[in-house]
Amino acid sequence: MFQKTFNWLDERLGLKTIYDTVLDRKIPKVNWWFTLGSASLFLFLLQGITGIMLTIYYVPSPDHAYDSIQFIMTGVSFGWLIRGIHHWGASLMVLIVFFHMLRTYFFGAYKYPREFTWVTGVLLLLLTLGMGFTGYLLPWNQRAYWATTVATSIAGTVPFIGNFINQVLRGGGDLSAVTLARFFSVHIWWFPAMIAGLIGVHLYMVIRLGISSVPKEED
Amino acid sequence: MPSSPHMSRREFVSIVTAAAGTVMGALIGIPAIGYLIAPALQKVSADAWIPAGPIANYPVGVPTLFNFNRTKVNGWEKTVNSYGVYIIQHEDGSILALSNKCTHLSCRVNWKQDAAAYICPCHDAYFDINGQIVKGPQPRPLDTYESKIEENNLFIHFVGS
Repeated sequence: MFQKTFNWLDERLGLKTIYDTVLDRKIPKVNWWFTLGSASLFLFLLQGITGIMLTIYYVPSPDHAYDSIQFIMTGVSFGWLIRGIHHWGASLMVLIVFFHMLRTYFFGAYKYPREFTWVTGVLLLLLTLGMGFTGYLLPWNQRAYWATTVATSIAGTVPFIGNFINQVLRGGGDLSAVTLARFFSVHIWWFPAMIAGLIGVHLYMVIRLGISSVPKEED
Repeated sequence: MPSSPHMSRREFVSIVTAAAGTVMGALIGIPAIGYLIAPALQKVSADAWIPAGPIANYPVGVPTLFNFNRTKVNGWEKTVNSYGVYIIQHEDGSILALSNKCTHLSCRVNWKQDAAAYICPCHDAYFDINGQIVKGPQPRPLDTYESKIEENNLFIHFVGS
């Protein structure tokens, strides 16, 4: 029965071809360092799922942001767990993505023909840091408020256009409800969409070009 | 592969994988579902006995207004609602507690001694001293609260909005 259903679907969707192309690839002999990319992808999906769960209760408004998170932590079953995973997963994702970059750098995996994979990887690293930056404000507690005040002020020290950048980030002269709303928007729509798109490009190239082997002594 | 009375390695691995997968799925799925349906599982009871002060504060035969506030919590939002109750102590010592909310469109009724009626300012609904309909557009008599006296103090039973 299962086999029949699968065959019917496979004939129309080409599931086996997808499996063979995406997962059943020929790879050189590699080591544990090569799992960091998969780990990054897993963490992105985990952050996506827990983040979607959090938006069920979270309200991006100065009136309710802090209280709604208190409610998630104390008033909702497993709210502490969902938020805890999102909180720690965020730090872990920055760490893992960074190690993924270091692995690629030290193994020389960015070289021809994988330069463009490296470029998309750099963008993905920057976007991951951007997710950390925008997500940090959302709890709207003292630490979040002042961290973002300091960080946007640092952006304001750029010569000539600093003040302009500062105001774009804050949505005005002060850190306000406008800042919270735009950080929320960027955190849940703009950056995740860009990351998802770039992961698509990144993985397409990984599948198309294959992965590089561990460099040997003579390399 | 020759048939063997024992489980093959492949079978063993599939069964263990399926079992481990089920356990992990439950570990992830139960918290996720619990998180989503949590508000439906929490029974918030607004029931309370509101102290309305010494019974001596309420003169016999004269409706006296008693006001109180109740805070309603919905998730992270708190709403404070005001309630008004007319307390009437009858000559036999029995207590009648009437909500001052008009049963027509929820305006607050006022006791008028000269008319001997609660009159709603919105659409001229008249209720007699015991809350029964005299005239007007209201569909039913004024709502009543349960009351009790403990050590000469009056309490009224608030059952939530």
